[in-house]
Amino acid sequence: MNAISSEEGQAKAAPPTSGKADQNTADDAKAGHAKKAEAVRTESRKPDAGNSGNASDAWKLYEVFIRPRRGVNHSHVGSIHAPDSDMALRNARDLYTRRQEGVSIWVVASNDITANSPDEKDSYFDPAGDKIYRHPTFYDVPEGVQM
Amino acid sequence: MSAHVLPDVTRADQFAYIIRLADDNLVYSHRLAEWIAWAPQLEEDMALTNIGLDLLGQARLMLTLAGELEGEGNGEDDLAYLREEQDFRCVDLVEQKYLHEFGNEIARLLVWSAYTVPLYEGLLESRNATLAEIAAKGIKEVRYHLDHAVSWVTRLGDGTEESHERMQKGLQDVWPLTADLFAVDDLLERMMRAGIAPDMERVEAAWRSIVTEAIERATLTVPDVNPRHGKGRQGVHSEHLGYALAEMQYVHRLHPGATW
Repeated sequence: MNAISSEEGQAKAAPPTSGKADQNTADDAKAGHAKKAEAVRTESRKPDAGNSGNASDAWKLYEVFIRPRRGVNHSHVGSIHAPDSDMALRNARDLYTRRQEGVSIWVVASNDITANSPDEKDSYFDPAGDKIYRHPTFYDVPEGVQM
Repeated sequence: MSAHVLPDVTRADQFAYIIRLADDNLVYSHRLAEWIAWAPQLEEDMALTNIGLDLLGQARLMLTLAGELEGEGNGEDDLAYLREEQDFRCVDLVEQKYLHEFGNEIARLLVWSAYTVPLYEGLLESRNATLAEIAAKGIKEVRYHLDHAVSWVTRLGDGTEESHERMQKGLQDVWPLTADLFAVDDLLERMMRAGIAPDMERVEAAWRSIVTEAIERATLTVPDVNPRHGKGRQGVHSEHLGYALAEMQYVHRLHPGATW
Protein backbone atom coordinates (compact mmCIF):
# COMPACT_ATOMS: atom_id res chain seq x y z
CA MET A 1 0.00 0.00 0.00
CA ASN A 2 2.86 2.37 0.81
CA ALA A 3 4.58 1.83 -2.48
CA ILE A 4 1.56 2.71 -4.51
CA SER A 5 0.48 5.67 -2.43
CA SER A 6 3.87 7.35 -2.70
CA GLU A 7 3.98 6.64 -6.40
CA GLU A 8 0.63 8.33 -6.86
CA GLY A 9 1.88 11.17 -4.76
CA GLN A 10 4.91 11.64 -6.97
CA ALA A 11 2.85 11.59 -10.11
CA LYS A 12 0.50 14.24 -8.78
CA ALA A 13 3.30 16.32 -7.31
CA ALA A 14 5.34 16.36 -10.50
CA PRO A 15 3.74 19.32 -12.32
CA PRO A 16 4.38 21.97 -9.63
CA THR A 17 8.00 20.81 -9.34
CA SER A 18 8.74 21.15 -13.02
CA GLY A 19 6.87 24.47 -13.10
CA LYS A 20 9.20 25.87 -10.45
CA ALA A 21 12.30 24.54 -12.18
CA ASP A 22 11.43 26.60 -15.24
CA GLN A 23 12.10 29.78 -13.33
CA ASN A 24 15.72 28.73 -13.00
CA THR A 25 16.46 29.95 -9.49
CA ALA A 26 18.00 27.70 -6.88
CA ASP A 27 15.62 28.89 -4.16
CA ASP A 28 12.56 28.14 -6.20
CA ALA A 29 13.90 24.73 -7.09
CA LYS A 30 14.38 23.98 -3.40
CA ALA A 31 10.90 25.25 -2.61
CA GLY A 32 9.53 23.01 -5.35
CA HIS A 33 11.36 20.05 -3.88
CA ALA A 34 9.94 20.69 -0.43
CA LYS A 35 6.48 21.09 -1.86
CA LYS A 36 6.83 17.78 -3.67
CA ALA A 37 7.94 15.99 -0.52
CA GLU A 38 4.97 17.42 1.32
CA ALA A 39 2.63 16.32 -1.42
CA VAL A 40 4.02 12.81 -1.24
CA ARG A 41 3.39 12.69 2.51
CA THR A 42 -0.14 14.03 2.19
CA GLU A 43 -1.01 11.61 -0.58
CA SER A 44 0.36 8.60 1.24
CA ARG A 45 -1.86 9.33 4.26
CA LYS A 46 -5.01 9.98 2.33
CA PRO A 47 -7.78 8.12 4.17
CA ASP A 48 -9.31 6.46 1.15
CA ALA A 49 -6.31 4.38 0.20
CA GLY A 50 -6.98 0.78 1.11
CA ASN A 51 -10.61 1.43 1.85
CA SER A 52 -12.74 -1.25 0.23
CA GLY A 53 -14.71 1.23 -1.83
CA ASN A 54 -11.62 2.61 -3.51
CA ALA A 55 -9.43 -0.44 -3.54
CA SER A 56 -9.70 -0.94 -7.28
CA ASP A 57 -8.24 2.52 -7.85
CA ALA A 58 -5.42 2.01 -5.42
CA TRP A 59 -4.33 -1.51 -6.33
CA LYS A 60 -1.78 -2.06 -9.05
CA LEU A 61 -1.93 -4.65 -11.78
CA TYR A 62 0.67 -7.44 -11.74
CA GLU A 63 1.49 -10.03 -14.38
CA VAL A 64 1.87 -13.59 -13.15
CA PHE A 65 4.37 -16.16 -14.41
CA ILE A 66 4.27 -19.78 -13.30
CA ARG A 67 6.80 -22.57 -13.69
CA PRO A 68 4.69 -25.71 -14.04
CA ARG A 69 7.49 -28.08 -12.99
CA ARG A 70 11.21 -28.21 -12.55
CA GLY A 71 13.30 -27.66 -15.68
CA VAL A 72 10.53 -25.82 -17.54
CA ASN A 73 10.37 -22.06 -18.14
CA HIS A 74 8.06 -19.73 -16.30
CA SER A 75 5.11 -18.90 -18.54
CA HIS A 76 2.71 -16.00 -18.40
CA VAL A 77 -0.61 -17.21 -17.03
CA GLY A 78 -2.56 -14.03 -16.37
CA SER A 79 -2.71 -10.98 -14.17
CA ILE A 80 -3.95 -9.98 -10.72
CA HIS A 81 -4.44 -6.88 -8.60
CA ALA A 82 -2.48 -6.28 -5.41
CA PRO A 83 -1.38 -3.36 -3.23
CA ASP A 84 2.27 -4.45 -3.44
CA SER A 85 4.47 -7.24 -4.74
CA ASP A 86 4.37 -9.34 -1.54
CA MET A 87 0.61 -9.47 -1.66
CA ALA A 88 0.73 -9.97 -5.42
CA LEU A 89 2.69 -13.16 -4.87
CA ARG A 90 0.14 -14.43 -2.37
CA ASN A 91 -2.80 -13.48 -4.58
CA ALA A 92 -1.15 -15.24 -7.51
CA ARG A 93 -0.69 -18.32 -5.36
CA ASP A 94 -4.37 -18.29 -4.39
CA LEU A 95 -5.67 -17.71 -7.92
CA TYR A 96 -3.31 -19.55 -10.20
CA THR A 97 -1.94 -22.52 -8.25
CA ARG A 98 -5.15 -23.87 -6.71
CA ARG A 99 -4.84 -27.09 -8.68
CA GLN A 100 -1.12 -27.66 -8.33
CA GLU A 101 -0.31 -25.76 -11.51
CA GLY A 102 3.15 -24.75 -10.43
CA VAL A 103 6.28 -25.04 -8.35
CA SER A 104 7.43 -21.43 -8.69
CA ILE A 105 5.74 -18.04 -9.16
CA TRP A 106 7.04 -14.72 -10.48
CA VAL A 107 5.02 -11.52 -10.33
CA VAL A 108 5.97 -8.28 -12.02
CA ALA A 109 4.16 -4.96 -11.99
CA SER A 110 2.47 -4.55 -15.37
CA ASN A 111 3.77 -0.97 -15.48
CA ASP A 112 7.34 -2.25 -15.41
CA ILE A 113 6.91 -4.19 -18.63
CA THR A 114 8.07 -2.41 -21.78
CA ALA A 115 6.13 -3.62 -24.77
CA ASN A 116 6.06 -2.70 -28.42
CA SER A 117 3.06 -0.81 -29.68
CA PRO A 118 0.55 -2.66 -31.85
CA ASP A 119 0.98 0.20 -34.39
CA GLU A 120 4.56 -0.86 -34.91
CA LYS A 121 3.58 -4.37 -35.89
CA ASP A 122 4.45 -3.90 -39.56
CA SER A 123 7.90 -2.45 -39.07
CA TYR A 124 8.69 -4.89 -36.27
CA PHE A 125 7.64 -8.18 -37.68
CA ASP A 126 6.91 -7.99 -41.41
CA PRO A 127 10.58 -7.69 -42.47
CA ALA A 128 11.22 -11.20 -41.15
CA GLY A 129 8.48 -12.58 -43.39
CA ASP A 130 10.49 -13.00 -46.59
CA LYS A 131 13.77 -14.16 -45.05
CA ILE A 132 13.22 -17.83 -45.33
CA TYR A 133 16.97 -18.44 -45.12
CA ARG A 134 16.72 -17.74 -41.41
CA HIS A 135 14.83 -20.96 -40.98
CA PRO A 136 16.95 -24.10 -40.66
CA THR A 137 15.27 -25.72 -43.65
CA PHE A 138 18.28 -25.93 -46.00
CA TYR A 139 20.03 -28.81 -44.35
CA ASP A 140 19.70 -32.50 -45.02
CA VAL A 141 18.68 -34.02 -41.76
CA PRO A 142 20.66 -37.18 -41.05
CA GLU A 143 18.65 -40.29 -40.67
CA GLY A 144 17.51 -41.02 -37.15
CA VAL A 145 17.50 -37.40 -35.94
CA GLN A 146 14.24 -36.46 -34.35
CA MET A 147 12.81 -33.09 -35.40
CA MET B 1 -12.24 -49.05 15.23
CA SER B 2 -9.35 -50.54 17.09
CA ALA B 3 -7.09 -47.65 16.13
CA HIS B 4 -8.93 -45.40 18.58
CA VAL B 5 -8.87 -47.80 21.52
CA LEU B 6 -6.68 -46.44 24.29
CA PRO B 7 -7.01 -48.22 27.66
CA ASP B 8 -7.11 -45.02 29.72
CA VAL B 9 -9.35 -42.84 27.50
CA THR B 10 -13.02 -43.30 26.71
CA ARG B 11 -14.22 -42.97 23.16
CA ALA B 12 -16.92 -40.62 24.39
CA ASP B 13 -14.28 -38.25 25.74
CA GLN B 14 -12.33 -38.35 22.49
CA PHE B 15 -15.51 -37.70 20.54
CA ALA B 16 -16.38 -34.74 22.77
CA TYR B 17 -12.92 -33.23 22.33
CA ILE B 18 -12.62 -33.74 18.59
CA ILE B 19 -16.11 -32.42 17.88
CA ARG B 20 -14.97 -29.11 19.43
CA LEU B 21 -12.07 -28.86 17.00
CA ALA B 22 -14.31 -29.89 14.10
CA ASP B 23 -17.08 -27.41 14.92
CA ASP B 24 -14.68 -24.48 15.25
CA ASN B 25 -13.32 -25.25 11.79
CA LEU B 26 -16.73 -25.91 10.25
CA VAL B 27 -18.41 -22.74 11.48
CA TYR B 28 -15.43 -20.51 10.73
CA SER B 29 -15.21 -21.94 7.23
CA HIS B 30 -18.83 -20.87 6.72
CA ARG B 31 -18.03 -17.35 7.91
CA LEU B 32 -15.10 -17.08 5.51
CA ALA B 33 -17.18 -18.42 2.63
CA GLU B 34 -19.64 -15.56 3.17
CA TRP B 35 -16.95 -13.15 1.95
CA ILE B 36 -17.12 -14.37 -1.62
CA ALA B 37 -17.89 -11.30 -3.77
CA TRP B 38 -17.62 -8.95 -0.75
CA ALA B 39 -13.88 -8.67 -0.06
CA PRO B 40 -12.08 -5.46 -1.10
CA GLN B 41 -10.90 -7.18 -4.29
CA LEU B 42 -11.66 -10.30 -6.29
CA GLU B 43 -8.23 -11.57 -5.30
CA GLU B 44 -9.09 -11.34 -1.61
CA ASP B 45 -12.45 -13.06 -2.21
CA MET B 46 -10.44 -16.01 -3.42
CA ALA B 47 -7.87 -15.82 -0.64
CA LEU B 48 -10.46 -15.81 2.16
CA THR B 49 -12.61 -18.52 0.63
CA ASN B 50 -9.51 -20.64 -0.09
CA ILE B 51 -8.72 -20.44 3.59
CA GLY B 52 -12.34 -21.33 4.34
CA LEU B 53 -12.07 -24.39 2.10
CA ASP B 54 -8.90 -25.49 3.90
CA LEU B 55 -10.77 -25.25 7.20
CA LEU B 56 -13.73 -27.13 5.75
CA GLY B 57 -11.37 -29.91 4.63
CA GLN B 58 -9.96 -30.15 8.14
CA ALA B 59 -13.48 -30.10 9.60
CA ARG B 60 -14.56 -32.97 7.35
CA LEU B 61 -11.69 -35.19 8.45
CA MET B 62 -12.37 -34.34 12.10
CA LEU B 63 -16.11 -34.96 11.78
CA THR B 64 -15.47 -38.32 10.14
CA LEU B 65 -13.11 -39.26 12.96
CA ALA B 66 -15.62 -37.99 15.54
CA GLY B 67 -18.37 -40.08 13.92
CA GLU B 68 -16.22 -43.22 14.19
CA LEU B 69 -15.50 -42.51 17.85
CA GLU B 70 -19.15 -41.84 18.59
CA GLY B 71 -20.03 -45.24 17.12
CA GLU B 72 -23.62 -44.43 16.20
CA GLY B 73 -23.16 -44.63 12.47
CA ASN B 74 -23.03 -40.87 11.91
CA GLY B 75 -20.87 -39.70 9.03
CA GLU B 76 -19.48 -36.23 8.38
CA ASP B 77 -22.69 -35.04 6.70
CA ASP B 78 -24.92 -36.25 9.54
CA LEU B 79 -22.80 -34.43 12.07
CA ALA B 80 -22.45 -31.25 10.02
CA TYR B 81 -26.00 -30.92 8.74
CA LEU B 82 -28.32 -32.75 11.08
CA ARG B 83 -27.22 -31.68 14.53
CA GLU B 84 -29.10 -28.89 16.30
CA GLU B 85 -27.54 -25.68 17.51
CA GLN B 86 -27.17 -26.91 21.09
CA ASP B 87 -25.22 -29.97 19.87
CA PHE B 88 -22.49 -27.77 18.43
CA ARG B 89 -19.39 -27.13 20.53
CA CYS B 90 -17.72 -24.19 18.75
CA VAL B 91 -16.54 -21.02 20.49
CA ASP B 92 -18.17 -17.58 20.16
CA LEU B 93 -15.13 -16.27 18.25
CA VAL B 94 -15.90 -18.30 15.12
CA GLU B 95 -19.64 -17.58 15.28
CA GLN B 96 -19.42 -13.79 14.99
CA LYS B 97 -20.58 -12.35 11.70
CA TYR B 98 -17.93 -9.89 10.51
CA LEU B 99 -19.02 -9.67 6.88
CA HIS B 100 -18.28 -6.11 5.60
CA GLU B 101 -15.96 -5.45 8.57
CA PHE B 102 -12.71 -6.41 6.91
CA GLY B 103 -10.58 -5.23 9.85
CA ASN B 104 -12.52 -7.51 12.19
CA GLU B 105 -12.25 -10.48 9.85
CA ILE B 106 -8.49 -10.03 9.52
CA ALA B 107 -8.16 -9.63 13.29
CA ARG B 108 -10.09 -12.89 13.74
CA LEU B 109 -7.94 -14.63 11.14
CA LEU B 110 -4.83 -13.47 12.99
CA VAL B 111 -5.90 -14.68 16.45
CA TRP B 112 -7.36 -17.86 14.97
CA SER B 113 -4.41 -18.95 12.86
CA ALA B 114 -1.92 -17.92 15.55
CA TYR B 115 -3.86 -20.44 17.68
CA THR B 116 -4.12 -23.27 15.15
CA VAL B 117 -0.41 -23.23 14.28
CA PRO B 118 0.82 -24.14 17.80
CA LEU B 119 -2.32 -26.25 18.39
CA TYR B 120 -1.60 -28.45 15.38
CA GLU B 121 2.09 -28.56 16.19
CA GLY B 122 1.07 -29.99 19.55
CA LEU B 123 -1.48 -32.36 18.00
CA LEU B 124 1.28 -33.89 15.86
CA GLU B 125 2.19 -35.77 19.06
CA SER B 126 -1.40 -36.74 19.90
CA ARG B 127 -1.93 -40.33 20.99
CA ASN B 128 -4.95 -40.42 18.71
CA ALA B 129 -3.01 -41.35 15.57
CA THR B 130 -5.72 -40.20 13.16
CA LEU B 131 -5.92 -36.81 14.84
CA ALA B 132 -2.12 -36.51 14.58
CA GLU B 133 -2.36 -37.25 10.86
CA ILE B 134 -5.06 -34.61 10.38
CA ALA B 135 -2.83 -32.10 12.18
CA ALA B 136 0.14 -33.06 9.98
CA LYS B 137 -1.93 -32.36 6.88
CA GLY B 138 -3.42 -29.17 8.30
CA ILE B 139 -0.25 -27.60 9.66
CA LYS B 140 0.97 -26.52 6.21
CA GLU B 141 -2.39 -24.94 5.51
CA VAL B 142 -2.68 -23.03 8.77
CA ARG B 143 0.87 -21.70 8.48
CA TYR B 144 -0.15 -20.08 5.22
CA HIS B 145 -3.32 -18.70 6.85
CA LEU B 146 -1.18 -17.08 9.52
CA ASP B 147 1.12 -15.62 6.89
CA HIS B 148 -1.86 -14.15 5.05
CA ALA B 149 -3.31 -12.67 8.24
CA VAL B 150 0.00 -11.20 9.37
CA SER B 151 0.64 -9.58 6.01
CA TRP B 152 -2.79 -7.89 6.12
CA VAL B 153 -2.42 -6.80 9.73
CA THR B 154 0.90 -5.20 8.81
CA ARG B 155 -0.55 -3.40 5.81
CA LEU B 156 -3.65 -2.14 7.56
CA GLY B 157 -1.96 -1.28 10.84
CA ASP B 158 0.93 0.49 9.17
CA GLY B 159 -1.18 1.89 6.31
CA THR B 160 -3.41 4.95 6.48
CA GLU B 161 -4.97 6.54 9.54
CA GLU B 162 -8.31 4.97 8.74
CA SER B 163 -6.94 1.49 8.07
CA HIS B 164 -4.94 1.70 11.30
CA GLU B 165 -8.04 2.68 13.26
CA ARG B 166 -10.21 -0.03 11.77
CA MET B 167 -7.56 -2.71 12.28
CA GLN B 168 -7.21 -1.68 15.93
CA LYS B 169 -11.00 -1.77 16.32
CA GLY B 170 -10.98 -5.29 14.89
CA LEU B 171 -8.43 -6.40 17.46
CA GLN B 172 -10.42 -4.79 20.29
CA ASP B 173 -13.57 -6.63 19.16
CA VAL B 174 -12.08 -10.10 18.83
CA TRP B 175 -9.74 -9.98 21.79
CA PRO B 176 -12.19 -10.80 24.63
CA LEU B 177 -13.40 -13.81 22.62
CA THR B 178 -9.95 -15.42 22.39
CA ALA B 179 -10.15 -16.54 26.03
CA ASP B 180 -12.44 -19.45 25.09
CA LEU B 181 -9.75 -20.95 22.86
CA PHE B 182 -7.49 -21.65 25.83
CA ALA B 183 -10.04 -22.29 28.58
CA VAL B 184 -9.33 -25.67 30.17
CA ASP B 185 -12.33 -27.52 31.59
CA ASP B 186 -12.53 -31.06 32.99
CA LEU B 187 -12.73 -32.68 29.59
CA LEU B 188 -9.77 -30.80 28.17
CA GLU B 189 -7.82 -31.51 31.36
CA ARG B 190 -8.42 -35.25 30.89
CA MET B 191 -7.47 -35.04 27.22
CA MET B 192 -4.25 -33.21 28.03
CA ARG B 193 -3.35 -35.74 30.70
CA ALA B 194 -4.07 -38.61 28.31
CA GLY B 195 -1.85 -37.09 25.63
CA ILE B 196 -4.73 -36.62 23.19
CA ALA B 197 -4.70 -32.80 23.42
CA PRO B 198 -1.55 -30.67 23.64
CA ASP B 199 -0.63 -28.67 26.75
CA MET B 200 -2.84 -25.62 26.32
CA GLU B 201 -0.60 -23.41 28.43
CA ARG B 202 2.17 -23.92 25.91
CA VAL B 203 -0.22 -23.32 23.02
CA GLU B 204 -1.35 -20.07 24.63
CA ALA B 205 2.22 -18.92 25.27
CA ALA B 206 3.14 -19.57 21.63
CA TRP B 207 -0.06 -17.80 20.52
CA ARG B 208 0.72 -14.75 22.64
CA SER B 209 4.19 -14.41 21.25
CA ILE B 210 2.99 -14.72 17.62
CA VAL B 211 0.16 -12.19 17.93
CA THR B 212 2.20 -9.73 20.00
CA GLU B 213 4.98 -9.65 17.45
CA ALA B 214 2.56 -9.23 14.53
CA ILE B 215 0.57 -6.48 16.25
CA GLU B 216 3.57 -4.49 17.40
CA ARG B 217 5.28 -4.73 14.03
CA ALA B 218 2.11 -3.28 12.50
CA THR B 219 2.36 -0.27 14.88
CA LEU B 220 -0.83 -1.45 16.60
CA THR B 221 -1.49 -2.05 20.29
CA VAL B 222 -2.20 -5.37 21.95
CA PRO B 223 -5.66 -4.81 23.47
CA ASP B 224 -5.88 -4.63 27.24
CA VAL B 225 -9.41 -5.90 27.75
CA ASN B 226 -11.08 -8.38 30.03
CA PRO B 227 -11.71 -11.86 28.62
CA ARG B 228 -15.31 -12.73 27.86
CA HIS B 229 -15.91 -16.40 28.50
CA GLY B 230 -18.69 -17.89 26.44
CA LYS B 231 -20.46 -21.20 26.87
CA GLY B 232 -19.96 -22.51 23.35
CA ARG B 233 -18.09 -25.58 24.59
CA GLN B 234 -21.20 -26.50 26.58
CA GLY B 235 -23.53 -25.96 23.64
CA VAL B 236 -24.84 -22.54 24.65
CA HIS B 237 -24.11 -20.19 21.80
CA SER B 238 -24.10 -16.56 20.75
CA GLU B 239 -27.12 -15.31 18.83
CA HIS B 240 -25.22 -15.65 15.56
CA LEU B 241 -24.86 -19.43 15.33
CA GLY B 242 -28.52 -20.27 14.74
CA TYR B 243 -28.68 -18.10 11.64
CA ALA B 244 -25.42 -19.50 10.32
CA LEU B 245 -26.60 -23.08 10.78
CA ALA B 246 -29.97 -22.34 9.18
CA GLU B 247 -28.18 -21.20 6.06
CA MET B 248 -25.56 -23.95 6.16
CA GLN B 249 -27.95 -26.84 6.81
CA TYR B 250 -30.93 -25.70 4.76
CA VAL B 251 -30.22 -27.51 1.48
CA HIS B 252 -29.21 -30.77 3.11
CA ARG B 253 -32.33 -30.80 5.24
CA LEU B 254 -34.54 -29.99 2.27
CA HIS B 255 -32.99 -32.76 0.15
CA PRO B 256 -31.65 -35.34 2.62
CA GLY B 257 -28.82 -37.39 1.17
CA ALA B 258 -28.74 -35.49 -2.12
CA THR B 259 -25.44 -35.65 -3.99
CA TRP B 260 -24.13 -33.74 -6.97
